[in-house]
Amino acid sequence: MIEIENVRKSFGSLEVLKGINLTVPKGEVLTIIGGSGSGKSTLLTCINGLEAIDSGRIVVDGTDVHAKATDLNRLRRKLGIVFQQWNAFPHLTVLENVMLAPRKVLGLPKAEAEAIAVKQLTHVGLGEKLKVYPNRMSGGQQQRMAIARALAMSPEYMLFDEVTSALDPQLVGEVLDTLRMLASEGMTMICVTHEMKFAREVSDRVAFFHKGVMAEIAPPAELFGAPKDPELQSFLAATH
Amino acid sequence: MFGTALTWGDLAFLAQGAGMTLAVTVVSVAAGTVLGILFGMIRVELGPYWSAPLTFALDVFRSVPLLIQLVLGNALQSIMRLGWPPFTTSCVVLSLYTAAYCTEIVRGGISSVPPTTRRAARSLGMSWSQDMRYIVMPLATRVSLPSWIGLTLGVMKDSALVLWLGLIELLRASQILVTRLQEPLFILMICGAVYFIISFPIARIGGYLEKRWSPND
Repeated sequence: MIEIENVRKSFGSLEVLKGINLTVPKGEVLTIIGGSGSGKSTLLTCINGLEAIDSGRIVVDGTDVHAKATDLNRLRRKLGIVFQQWNAFPHLTVLENVMLAPRKVLGLPKAEAEAIAVKQLTHVGLGEKLKVYPNRMSGGQQQRMAIARALAMSPEYMLFDEVTSALDPQLVGEVLDTLRMLASEGMTMICVTHEMKFAREVSDRVAFFHKGVMAEIAPPAELFGAPKDPELQSFLAATH
Repeated sequence: MFGTALTWGDLAFLAQGAGMTLAVTVVSVAAGTVLGILFGMIRVELGPYWSAPLTFALDVFRSVPLLIQLVLGNALQSIMRLGWPPFTTSCVVLSLYTAAYCTEIVRGGISSVPPTTRRAARSLGMSWSQDMRYIVMPLATRVSLPSWIGLTLGVMKDSALVLWLGLIELLRASQILVTRLQEPLFILMICGAVYFIISFPIARIGGYLEKRWSPND
Protein backbone atom coordinates (compact mmCIF):
# COMPACT_ATOMS: atom_id res chain seq x y z
CA MET A 1 0.00 0.00 0.00
CA ILE A 2 1.22 3.49 -0.84
CA GLU A 3 0.15 6.15 1.66
CA ILE A 4 0.69 9.79 0.84
CA GLU A 5 0.03 12.13 3.75
CA ASN A 6 -0.13 15.90 3.37
CA VAL A 7 2.87 16.04 1.00
CA ARG A 8 4.23 19.45 0.07
CA LYS A 9 7.00 20.15 -2.39
CA SER A 10 8.40 23.37 -3.83
CA PHE A 11 10.91 24.12 -6.55
CA GLY A 12 12.31 27.45 -5.40
CA SER A 13 9.37 29.76 -4.81
CA LEU A 14 7.02 27.61 -6.87
CA GLU A 15 4.96 25.21 -4.76
CA VAL A 16 4.16 22.24 -7.01
CA LEU A 17 2.49 19.98 -4.44
CA LYS A 18 0.24 21.69 -1.90
CA GLY A 19 -0.65 19.06 0.63
CA ILE A 20 -1.51 15.86 -1.24
CA ASN A 21 -3.36 13.08 0.60
CA LEU A 22 -3.82 9.81 -1.23
CA THR A 23 -3.82 6.10 -0.45
CA VAL A 24 -3.28 3.48 -3.14
CA PRO A 25 -4.04 -0.07 -1.99
CA LYS A 26 -2.39 -3.14 -3.51
CA GLY A 27 -3.95 -4.15 -6.82
CA GLU A 28 -5.40 -0.77 -7.65
CA VAL A 29 -4.90 0.99 -10.96
CA LEU A 30 -4.92 4.72 -10.33
CA THR A 31 -4.55 7.24 -13.11
CA ILE A 32 -3.69 10.85 -12.53
CA ILE A 33 -4.83 13.44 -15.03
CA GLY A 34 -4.42 17.19 -15.12
CA GLY A 35 -2.80 20.04 -17.01
CA SER A 36 0.91 20.72 -17.35
CA GLY A 37 2.51 21.92 -14.14
CA SER A 38 -0.24 20.46 -11.96
CA GLY A 39 2.33 18.45 -9.98
CA LYS A 40 1.34 14.97 -11.12
CA SER A 41 4.76 13.91 -12.45
CA THR A 42 6.52 15.40 -9.44
CA LEU A 43 4.38 13.26 -7.15
CA LEU A 44 5.58 10.09 -8.93
CA THR A 45 9.26 10.99 -8.58
CA CYS A 46 8.63 11.77 -4.90
CA ILE A 47 7.06 8.34 -4.35
CA ASN A 48 10.26 6.52 -5.26
CA GLY A 49 12.50 9.09 -3.62
CA LEU A 50 14.09 10.53 -6.75
CA GLU A 51 12.86 13.92 -5.50
CA ALA A 52 12.87 14.99 -1.86
CA ILE A 53 9.70 16.37 -0.26
CA ASP A 54 9.45 19.46 1.94
CA SER A 55 6.91 18.14 4.43
CA GLY A 56 4.43 15.33 4.90
CA ARG A 57 5.06 11.62 4.54
CA ILE A 58 5.06 8.97 1.84
CA VAL A 59 4.89 5.44 3.20
CA VAL A 60 5.27 2.36 1.01
CA ASP A 61 4.36 -0.91 2.74
CA GLY A 62 5.21 0.61 6.11
CA THR A 63 8.52 2.16 4.98
CA ASP A 64 8.78 5.95 5.14
CA VAL A 65 10.35 6.80 1.75
CA HIS A 66 12.00 10.04 2.86
CA ALA A 67 13.20 8.92 6.29
CA LYS A 68 16.97 9.21 6.66
CA ALA A 69 17.34 5.57 7.64
CA THR A 70 15.53 4.28 4.54
CA ASP A 71 17.67 2.39 2.04
CA LEU A 72 16.28 3.95 -1.14
CA ASN A 73 18.17 1.58 -3.45
CA ARG A 74 16.46 -1.33 -1.73
CA LEU A 75 13.05 0.35 -1.68
CA ARG A 76 13.24 1.17 -5.40
CA ARG A 77 13.38 -2.54 -6.22
CA LYS A 78 9.70 -2.79 -5.45
CA LEU A 79 8.78 0.54 -7.08
CA GLY A 80 9.27 0.34 -10.84
CA ILE A 81 9.08 3.62 -12.71
CA VAL A 82 8.94 4.37 -16.43
CA PHE A 83 9.42 7.90 -17.70
CA GLN A 84 8.18 9.93 -20.63
CA GLN A 85 11.65 9.56 -22.17
CA TRP A 86 12.50 5.86 -22.17
CA ASN A 87 16.18 6.43 -21.35
CA ALA A 88 17.56 3.26 -22.90
CA PHE A 89 21.18 2.51 -22.02
CA PRO A 90 22.55 3.05 -25.54
CA HIS A 91 25.74 0.99 -25.12
CA LEU A 92 23.85 -2.18 -24.20
CA THR A 93 21.67 -4.46 -26.31
CA VAL A 94 17.98 -4.74 -25.49
CA LEU A 95 18.64 -7.96 -23.57
CA GLU A 96 21.56 -6.42 -21.66
CA ASN A 97 19.47 -3.34 -20.84
CA VAL A 98 16.90 -5.52 -19.12
CA MET A 99 19.43 -7.93 -17.53
CA LEU A 100 21.67 -5.29 -15.97
CA ALA A 101 19.70 -4.41 -12.84
CA PRO A 102 18.69 -8.00 -11.96
CA ARG A 103 22.36 -9.00 -12.31
CA LYS A 104 23.98 -6.12 -10.46
CA VAL A 105 21.28 -4.95 -8.05
CA LEU A 106 19.62 -8.26 -7.18
CA GLY A 107 22.86 -10.19 -7.68
CA LEU A 108 21.22 -12.95 -9.72
CA PRO A 109 23.41 -15.38 -11.67
CA LYS A 110 23.71 -14.56 -15.38
CA ALA A 111 21.53 -17.43 -16.61
CA GLU A 112 18.73 -16.56 -14.23
CA ALA A 113 18.85 -12.83 -15.03
CA GLU A 114 18.82 -13.67 -18.73
CA ALA A 115 15.81 -15.95 -18.33
CA ILE A 116 13.91 -13.19 -16.52
CA ALA A 117 14.88 -10.62 -19.15
CA VAL A 118 13.83 -12.87 -22.03
CA LYS A 119 10.53 -13.58 -20.31
CA GLN A 120 9.75 -9.90 -19.71
CA LEU A 121 10.83 -8.84 -23.19
CA THR A 122 8.70 -11.57 -24.75
CA HIS A 123 5.86 -10.41 -22.52
CA VAL A 124 5.97 -6.90 -23.99
CA GLY A 125 6.37 -8.27 -27.52
CA LEU A 126 10.10 -7.74 -28.01
CA GLY A 127 11.16 -11.39 -28.00
CA GLU A 128 12.65 -10.97 -31.48
CA LYS A 129 14.76 -7.92 -30.58
CA LEU A 130 17.03 -9.33 -27.87
CA LYS A 131 20.36 -8.72 -29.62
CA VAL A 132 19.39 -5.37 -31.12
CA TYR A 133 20.76 -2.05 -29.87
CA PRO A 134 18.05 0.38 -28.67
CA ASN A 135 18.81 3.01 -31.33
CA ARG A 136 17.73 0.51 -34.00
CA MET A 137 14.18 0.42 -32.61
CA SER A 138 11.21 2.76 -32.75
CA GLY A 139 10.23 4.96 -29.80
CA GLY A 140 7.34 2.65 -28.98
CA GLN A 141 9.61 -0.38 -28.93
CA GLN A 142 12.15 1.42 -26.75
CA GLN A 143 9.39 2.44 -24.35
CA ARG A 144 8.19 -1.17 -24.14
CA MET A 145 11.80 -2.18 -23.46
CA ALA A 146 11.88 0.36 -20.62
CA ILE A 147 8.72 -1.22 -19.20
CA ALA A 148 10.29 -4.70 -19.43
CA ARG A 149 13.43 -3.34 -17.76
CA ALA A 150 11.39 -2.10 -14.81
CA LEU A 151 9.34 -5.32 -14.65
CA ALA A 152 12.49 -7.47 -14.59
CA MET A 153 13.07 -6.30 -11.02
CA SER A 154 9.71 -7.91 -10.09
CA PRO A 155 8.37 -4.67 -8.62
CA GLU A 156 5.20 -4.67 -6.55
CA TYR A 157 4.19 -1.24 -7.78
CA MET A 158 4.62 0.38 -11.17
CA LEU A 159 4.68 4.14 -11.70
CA PHE A 160 4.15 5.39 -15.25
CA ASP A 161 5.00 9.02 -15.94
CA GLU A 162 3.32 10.11 -19.20
CA VAL A 163 4.88 7.14 -20.97
CA THR A 164 3.16 7.87 -24.27
CA SER A 165 3.66 11.65 -24.40
CA ALA A 166 6.92 11.56 -26.35
CA LEU A 167 5.70 8.99 -28.89
CA ASP A 168 4.42 9.46 -32.42
CA PRO A 169 0.63 9.02 -32.43
CA GLN A 170 0.77 5.71 -34.32
CA LEU A 171 3.08 4.23 -31.65
CA VAL A 172 0.95 5.18 -28.65
CA GLY A 173 -1.38 2.19 -29.06
CA GLU A 174 1.26 -0.52 -28.63
CA VAL A 175 2.49 0.99 -25.36
CA LEU A 176 -1.04 1.47 -23.99
CA ASP A 177 -1.78 -2.17 -24.87
CA THR A 178 1.20 -3.18 -22.73
CA LEU A 179 -0.14 -1.11 -19.82
CA ARG A 180 -3.63 -2.63 -20.27
CA MET A 181 -2.11 -6.08 -20.13
CA LEU A 182 -0.29 -5.26 -16.87
CA ALA A 183 -3.45 -3.81 -15.36
CA SER A 184 -5.41 -6.92 -16.25
CA GLU A 185 -2.73 -9.04 -14.56
CA GLY A 186 -3.39 -7.26 -11.28
CA MET A 187 -0.28 -5.03 -11.10
CA THR A 188 -0.64 -2.07 -8.73
CA MET A 189 -0.15 0.94 -10.98
CA ILE A 190 -0.13 4.71 -10.78
CA CYS A 191 -0.26 6.18 -14.28
CA VAL A 192 0.13 9.85 -15.02
CA THR A 193 -1.42 10.22 -18.45
CA HIS A 194 -3.03 12.50 -21.00
CA GLU A 195 -4.85 9.57 -22.62
CA MET A 196 -8.41 10.05 -21.35
CA LYS A 197 -9.83 7.03 -23.12
CA PHE A 198 -7.16 4.84 -21.58
CA ALA A 199 -7.77 6.34 -18.11
CA ARG A 200 -11.46 5.64 -18.44
CA GLU A 201 -10.91 2.01 -19.49
CA VAL A 202 -8.26 0.69 -17.12
CA SER A 203 -8.54 2.74 -13.93
CA ASP A 204 -10.15 1.76 -10.67
CA ARG A 205 -9.94 5.41 -9.69
CA VAL A 206 -8.96 8.58 -11.51
CA ALA A 207 -7.44 11.60 -9.73
CA PHE A 208 -7.55 15.09 -11.18
CA PHE A 209 -4.65 17.38 -10.21
CA HIS A 210 -4.85 21.13 -10.60
CA LYS A 211 -2.13 23.59 -9.52
CA GLY A 212 -0.59 21.25 -6.96
CA VAL A 213 -3.89 20.16 -5.41
CA MET A 214 -5.80 16.91 -5.89
CA ALA A 215 -9.05 18.56 -6.88
CA GLU A 216 -11.12 15.41 -7.38
CA ILE A 217 -10.74 11.62 -7.13
CA ALA A 218 -13.41 9.12 -8.13
CA PRO A 219 -14.03 5.96 -10.14
CA PRO A 220 -13.77 6.78 -13.86
CA ALA A 221 -17.49 6.53 -14.61
CA GLU A 222 -18.20 9.11 -11.94
CA LEU A 223 -15.26 11.40 -12.60
CA PHE A 224 -15.77 11.52 -16.36
CA GLY A 225 -19.57 11.16 -16.22
CA ALA A 226 -20.40 13.72 -13.56
CA PRO A 227 -17.37 15.87 -12.73
CA LYS A 228 -18.00 18.09 -9.72
CA ASP A 229 -14.93 20.31 -9.68
CA PRO A 230 -15.37 23.29 -12.04
CA GLU A 231 -11.69 23.13 -13.09
CA LEU A 232 -12.14 19.44 -13.96
CA GLN A 233 -15.23 20.28 -15.97
CA SER A 234 -13.36 22.82 -18.07
CA PHE A 235 -10.32 20.49 -18.34
CA LEU A 236 -12.50 17.67 -19.68
CA ALA A 237 -14.32 20.03 -22.01
CA ALA A 238 -10.96 21.17 -23.41
CA THR A 239 -9.59 17.65 -23.92
CA HIS A 240 -12.62 16.32 -25.74
CA MET B 1 76.46 9.92 -53.55
CA PHE B 2 75.15 9.19 -50.08
CA GLY B 3 77.36 8.19 -47.19
CA THR B 4 76.86 8.30 -43.48
CA ALA B 5 78.96 7.77 -40.40
CA LEU B 6 75.95 6.41 -38.53
CA THR B 7 76.65 2.92 -37.14
CA TRP B 8 74.40 0.15 -35.86
CA GLY B 9 75.61 1.09 -32.41
CA ASP B 10 74.26 4.63 -32.93
CA LEU B 11 70.90 3.24 -34.00
CA ALA B 12 70.81 1.11 -30.87
CA PHE B 13 71.54 4.29 -28.89
CA LEU B 14 68.56 5.98 -30.60
CA ALA B 15 66.39 2.96 -29.83
CA GLN B 16 67.36 3.24 -26.19
CA GLY B 17 66.28 6.88 -26.28
CA ALA B 18 62.97 5.86 -27.84
CA GLY B 19 62.55 3.32 -25.02
CA MET B 20 63.00 6.13 -22.48
CA THR B 21 60.44 8.29 -24.33
CA LEU B 22 57.98 5.38 -24.24
CA ALA B 23 58.63 4.66 -20.57
CA VAL B 24 58.11 8.28 -19.51
CA THR B 25 54.96 8.51 -21.65
CA VAL B 26 53.41 5.24 -20.46
CA VAL B 27 54.00 6.00 -16.76
CA SER B 28 52.81 9.63 -17.05
CA VAL B 29 49.73 8.89 -19.15
CA ALA B 30 48.73 5.98 -16.90
CA ALA B 31 49.13 7.95 -13.66
CA GLY B 32 47.72 11.13 -15.22
CA THR B 33 44.66 9.26 -16.49
CA VAL B 34 43.91 7.67 -13.11
CA LEU B 35 44.25 11.09 -11.44
CA GLY B 36 42.25 12.71 -14.23
CA ILE B 37 39.35 10.27 -13.77
CA LEU B 38 39.41 10.91 -10.02
CA PHE B 39 39.58 14.70 -10.38
CA GLY B 40 37.00 14.68 -13.19
CA MET B 41 34.53 12.76 -11.02
CA ILE B 42 35.18 15.14 -8.11
CA ARG B 43 34.58 18.13 -10.39
CA VAL B 44 31.26 16.79 -11.67
CA GLU B 45 29.94 15.50 -8.36
CA LEU B 46 30.98 18.47 -6.21
CA GLY B 47 29.86 21.06 -8.73
CA PRO B 48 31.78 24.15 -9.83
CA TYR B 49 31.60 25.89 -6.44
CA TRP B 50 33.12 23.24 -4.16
CA SER B 51 35.65 22.07 -6.71
CA ALA B 52 36.91 25.61 -7.41
CA PRO B 53 40.25 25.14 -5.57
CA LEU B 54 40.94 21.95 -7.52
CA THR B 55 39.94 23.62 -10.77
CA PHE B 56 42.30 26.51 -10.05
CA ALA B 57 45.23 24.21 -9.27
CA LEU B 58 44.64 22.26 -12.48
CA ASP B 59 44.37 25.50 -14.46
CA VAL B 60 47.87 26.37 -13.27
CA PHE B 61 49.20 23.09 -14.67
CA ARG B 62 47.39 23.75 -17.94
CA SER B 63 48.61 27.31 -18.42
CA VAL B 64 52.25 27.29 -17.27
CA PRO B 65 54.60 26.00 -20.01
CA LEU B 66 55.68 22.42 -19.37
CA LEU B 67 59.36 23.33 -19.52
CA ILE B 68 58.96 25.75 -16.61
CA GLN B 69 57.01 23.12 -14.67
CA LEU B 70 59.80 20.60 -15.18
CA VAL B 71 62.55 23.01 -14.09
CA LEU B 72 60.56 24.24 -11.09
CA GLY B 73 59.54 20.69 -10.16
CA ASN B 74 63.16 19.61 -10.25
CA ALA B 75 64.26 22.59 -8.15
CA LEU B 76 61.46 21.92 -5.67
CA GLN B 77 62.38 18.26 -5.19
CA SER B 78 65.98 19.23 -4.60
CA ILE B 79 65.04 22.02 -2.12
CA MET B 80 62.84 19.51 -0.30
CA ARG B 81 65.75 17.03 -0.36
CA LEU B 82 63.54 14.30 -1.87
CA GLY B 83 66.50 12.96 -3.82
CA TRP B 84 64.42 11.92 -6.80
CA PRO B 85 66.26 10.76 -9.91
CA PRO B 86 65.39 12.72 -13.10
CA PHE B 87 63.12 9.90 -14.30
CA THR B 88 60.90 10.16 -11.19
CA THR B 89 60.76 13.95 -11.28
CA SER B 90 59.91 13.89 -14.99
CA CYS B 91 57.12 11.35 -14.49
CA VAL B 92 55.62 13.22 -11.52
CA VAL B 93 55.52 16.56 -13.36
CA LEU B 94 54.25 15.03 -16.61
CA SER B 95 51.59 13.03 -14.71
CA LEU B 96 50.19 16.17 -13.10
CA TYR B 97 50.32 17.96 -16.46
CA THR B 98 48.46 15.04 -18.08
CA ALA B 99 45.97 14.87 -15.19
CA ALA B 100 45.11 18.56 -15.61
CA TYR B 101 44.05 17.99 -19.22
CA CYS B 102 42.53 14.57 -18.58
CA THR B 103 40.29 16.02 -15.85
CA GLU B 104 38.56 18.24 -18.38
CA ILE B 105 38.19 15.35 -20.85
CA VAL B 106 36.63 13.15 -18.14
CA ARG B 107 34.39 15.96 -16.92
CA GLY B 108 33.13 16.53 -20.46
CA GLY B 109 32.54 12.80 -20.91
CA ILE B 110 30.58 12.42 -17.68
CA SER B 111 28.54 15.55 -18.39
CA SER B 112 27.62 14.15 -21.80
CA VAL B 113 25.60 11.34 -20.17
CA PRO B 114 22.02 12.66 -19.95
CA PRO B 115 20.81 13.12 -16.35
CA THR B 116 17.62 11.30 -17.33
CA THR B 117 19.63 8.19 -18.26
CA ARG B 118 21.33 8.27 -14.87
CA ARG B 119 17.97 8.79 -13.17
CA ALA B 120 16.64 5.71 -14.97
CA ALA B 121 19.59 3.71 -13.64
CA ARG B 122 19.05 4.94 -10.10
CA SER B 123 15.31 4.25 -10.34
CA LEU B 124 16.15 0.57 -11.00
CA GLY B 125 17.77 0.46 -7.57
CA MET B 126 21.36 0.96 -8.74
CA SER B 127 23.64 2.71 -6.27
CA TRP B 128 25.73 5.75 -7.21
CA SER B 129 28.77 3.59 -7.82
CA GLN B 130 26.84 1.03 -9.90
CA ASP B 131 25.44 3.86 -12.02
CA MET B 132 28.99 5.22 -12.44
CA ARG B 133 30.48 1.85 -13.29
CA TYR B 134 27.88 0.33 -15.60
CA ILE B 135 26.24 3.36 -17.22
CA VAL B 136 28.27 6.57 -16.89
CA MET B 137 31.80 5.26 -17.42
CA PRO B 138 31.10 3.17 -20.53
CA LEU B 139 29.20 6.05 -22.15
CA ALA B 140 31.70 8.70 -21.06
CA THR B 141 34.62 6.61 -22.35
CA ARG B 142 33.13 6.52 -25.83
CA VAL B 143 32.77 10.30 -25.85
CA SER B 144 36.18 10.98 -24.33
CA LEU B 145 38.31 8.54 -26.29
CA PRO B 146 39.26 10.75 -29.27
CA SER B 147 40.39 13.59 -26.99
CA TRP B 148 42.25 11.16 -24.75
CA ILE B 149 44.13 9.69 -27.72
CA GLY B 150 45.07 13.23 -28.74
CA LEU B 151 46.27 13.95 -25.22
CA THR B 152 48.39 10.77 -25.15
CA LEU B 153 50.06 11.63 -28.46
CA GLY B 154 50.66 15.19 -27.25
CA VAL B 155 52.22 14.05 -23.98
CA MET B 156 54.48 11.65 -25.88
CA LYS B 157 55.88 14.49 -27.98
CA ASP B 158 55.98 16.92 -25.03
CA SER B 159 57.97 14.34 -23.10
CA ALA B 160 60.95 15.44 -25.21
CA LEU B 161 61.28 18.37 -22.79
CA VAL B 162 62.47 16.05 -20.00
CA LEU B 163 65.87 16.21 -21.69
CA TRP B 164 66.32 19.42 -19.67
CA LEU B 165 66.45 17.33 -16.53
CA GLY B 166 69.21 15.21 -18.05
CA LEU B 167 67.18 12.22 -19.23
CA ILE B 168 68.42 10.78 -22.48
CA GLU B 169 65.20 10.20 -24.38
CA LEU B 170 64.70 10.06 -28.14
CA LEU B 171 65.31 13.74 -28.94
CA ARG B 172 68.31 14.07 -26.60
CA ALA B 173 69.82 10.91 -28.06
CA SER B 174 69.43 12.40 -31.55
CA GLN B 175 71.06 15.66 -30.44
CA ILE B 176 74.05 13.79 -29.06
CA LEU B 177 74.48 11.98 -32.38
CA VAL B 178 74.07 15.22 -34.34
CA THR B 179 76.80 16.88 -32.29
CA ARG B 180 79.16 13.98 -32.85
CA LEU B 181 78.42 13.12 -36.49
CA GLN B 182 77.39 16.54 -37.86
CA GLU B 183 74.58 15.02 -39.94
CA PRO B 184 71.55 16.91 -38.48
CA LEU B 185 69.06 16.44 -41.33
CA PHE B 186 69.54 12.70 -41.67
CA ILE B 187 69.50 12.01 -37.93
CA LEU B 188 66.51 14.25 -37.20
CA MET B 189 64.64 12.52 -40.04
CA ILE B 190 65.26 9.18 -38.37
CA CYS B 191 64.24 10.69 -35.04
CA GLY B 192 60.97 12.01 -36.53
CA ALA B 193 60.31 8.64 -38.16
CA VAL B 194 60.71 6.88 -34.83
CA TYR B 195 58.23 9.29 -33.19
CA PHE B 196 55.82 8.47 -36.01
CA ILE B 197 56.31 4.73 -35.60
CA ILE B 198 55.45 5.03 -31.89
CA SER B 199 52.43 7.33 -32.44
CA PHE B 200 50.84 5.62 -35.40
CA PRO B 201 49.63 2.45 -33.62
CA ILE B 202 48.14 4.53 -30.77
CA ALA B 203 46.17 6.64 -33.24
CA ARG B 204 45.05 3.53 -35.14
CA ILE B 205 43.91 1.69 -32.00
CA GLY B 206 41.89 4.79 -31.12
CA GLY B 207 40.34 4.91 -34.57
CA TYR B 208 39.51 1.21 -34.38
CA LEU B 209 37.78 1.51 -31.00
CA GLU B 210 35.83 4.55 -32.12
CA LYS B 211 34.58 2.67 -35.16
CA ARG B 212 33.70 -0.44 -33.16
CA TRP B 213 31.65 1.52 -30.64
CA SER B 214 29.94 3.96 -32.98
CA PRO B 215 27.13 1.75 -34.43
CA ASN B 216 25.69 1.37 -30.90
CA ASP B 217 25.25 5.05 -30.18
